[in-house]
Amino acid sequence: MRADRMRTLAALALAGFLILPILPLAIWSLAHGWRFPDLVPQTWTLKAWSLAVDARSGVLHSLAVTAGIALATTLLAALIGLPAGRALGLYRFRGKGLVTLLLLAPAFLPGIAIVFGLHGVFLRLGLVGTVPGVILAHLIPVLPYMVLVMAAVFSRFDPEFEAQARSLGATPWQTFSRVTLPAVLPGLMTAALFAFLVSWSQYLLTLAIGGGRVQTLPLLLFSFSSAGRNDLTSAIALLYILPGLLVLLVTARQVTGRSLALVGGLRP
Amino acid sequence: MTTLVLDDLRKSYSRAGPAALHGLSLTVASGSLTALLGPSGSGKTTTMKLIAGLIAADSGDIRLGDRSIRDLPPERRGVAMVFQNPLLFPHLTVAGNVGFGLRMRGLPPTRIDASVAEMLDRVRLGDLAQRKPAQLSGGQAQRAALARALILRPEVLLLDEPLSSLDPALRDEMRLLIRTLQRETGITTIVVTHDQAEAVALADRIALLLEGRLVQDDTPQAFYARPATTAVARFFGGVNFIPGTVRDAVFDCAIGPLALPQGLPQGPGLLTIRPESLRLGPGPNLRAAQIVAVDFLGSLTRIDLALDGVALQAMVTPDTARGLSVGARISVSFPPEALWILPH
Repeated sequence: MRADRMRTLAALALAGFLILPILPLAIWSLAHGWRFPDLVPQTWTLKAWSLAVDARSGVLHSLAVTAGIALATTLLAALIGLPAGRALGLYRFRGKGLVTLLLLAPAFLPGIAIVFGLHGVFLRLGLVGTVPGVILAHLIPVLPYMVLVMAAVFSRFDPEFEAQARSLGATPWQTFSRVTLPAVLPGLMTAALFAFLVSWSQYLLTLAIGGGRVQTLPLLLFSFSSAGRNDLTSAIALLYILPGLLVLLVTARQVTGRSLALVGGLRP
Repeated sequence: MTTLVLDDLRKSYSRAGPAALHGLSLTVASGSLTALLGPSGSGKTTTMKLIAGLIAADSGDIRLGDRSIRDLPPERRGVAMVFQNPLLFPHLTVAGNVGFGLRMRGLPPTRIDASVAEMLDRVRLGDLAQRKPAQLSGGQAQRAALARALILRPEVLLLDEPLSSLDPALRDEMRLLIRTLQRETGITTIVVTHDQAEAVALADRIALLLEGRLVQDDTPQAFYARPATTAVARFFGGVNFIPGTVRDAVFDCAIGPLALPQGLPQGPGLLTIRPESLRLGPGPNLRAAQIVAVDFLGSLTRIDLALDGVALQAMVTPDTARGLSVGARISVSFPPEALWILPH
């Protein structure tokens, strides 16, 4: 019983930590003006939300663009991260330390340090202002996470399983899809969720490479925020937070293996 | 016919390093159970992986019946391999593992289920079909791995050290199971092992590899009675070697002339006799020897002897050894039919 109570307390603390900062956003998005010293707004309205879902505000389009870019970035990162992580995790080769360092470098370097050079290169390639250009740019901060997580996953994978599958009649593709992929899937899912979030929250690279023509949610959020539209900004911010919360709930299970207990603690 | 022919196989892992296999030629008869025997580093695992197609040969050919499988990918060779470690896929149940190969072939699920159930019964895992590999004991996992390969009815079955990871008690059980299933199915089987006792107990034929070369391919009995070289004799526990010269059917050496069977090669050679064939007591080729040591080993007793400066070893039953003491002189006889001449 004590353990149960502790768990409930922990769940409440976590919920408070996560939800309390969001509360003002939720109020703002429903307020028709909210002036000091009112504790809650005098009048409520759904205007901000109806504007947010209106095609003319571009919020929904932006949401779709952001999700599409994040999904494409994650998929590409997985396609590169699987073989790269496999090579780093399973094999010893000359220059492995250097390769690891180079892969990690983007995670250390601040985006602002590379963004001007990158802009120049992408301009010459005709990628500035295009969605593929933004996706390529997002791969820079995303790949280190993907590759390093997959390298750690593969370092615990015995490649003899693949030899065994082949000698039981599996083609190379069957071996990958029926043996290797199921073995690394939990790690791949975690890496993919983080990759998705890193892309989802990119601001600087999208601004620089998108050249204002690729409007992702963080860009839109920033422009409404600078325009002083607190209600619409709050509504967009709530939409923006959503995937992060989902990822947290899903990965808590992967990371700790007991998120169900945690979530269960939230239920009456 | 599924006779497996290895023709002058060569393999080096690095250009500079020594070759793992120096031109191995071996014919494995259809339906036989052959042991590929050798100490670690002798090239037996390399040979296994070459047959399975997991590594590529530098030169030579591998034929199954009348077709070359040398350049086929592993999944199209008709060769199934069971590794030393059972390597059951952890995300599948025991039944899922055993049915793996049939699913890869795209068989209908109902036929797969029936085959799997039958196969699991044969390896006595019927009631564990829905278990995950992590819930199996070592012996059960090994049986599941064997079932997973046998269900494919491969033309050649490769077993890599199938008994080495098991407890001694389970070893006999597994050995019997392999033997029985192999006889019932008639699948040409190659067992890799470093243990000569295991090879002798399991196989119809033994191919002995030493340092990447095939030194003898013969029946288990022949390795004891007619070893090809001193190294072969030593690998099978041979300890008695006396240099000398064969002249007609007589061996001239430090302990005087010994009568030999007819038909042995003439000239200088090394006489050998198994320690268990050396007879303590009267008989042909009688000599007198002094007992140097008596060691009780359980089912047998080892007697170390000195005979005109030549050290010899005899293995006798404890009953025969009773009353023998160090320093005593006894008569020793060399039955001619147990004598064998090695090249010297």
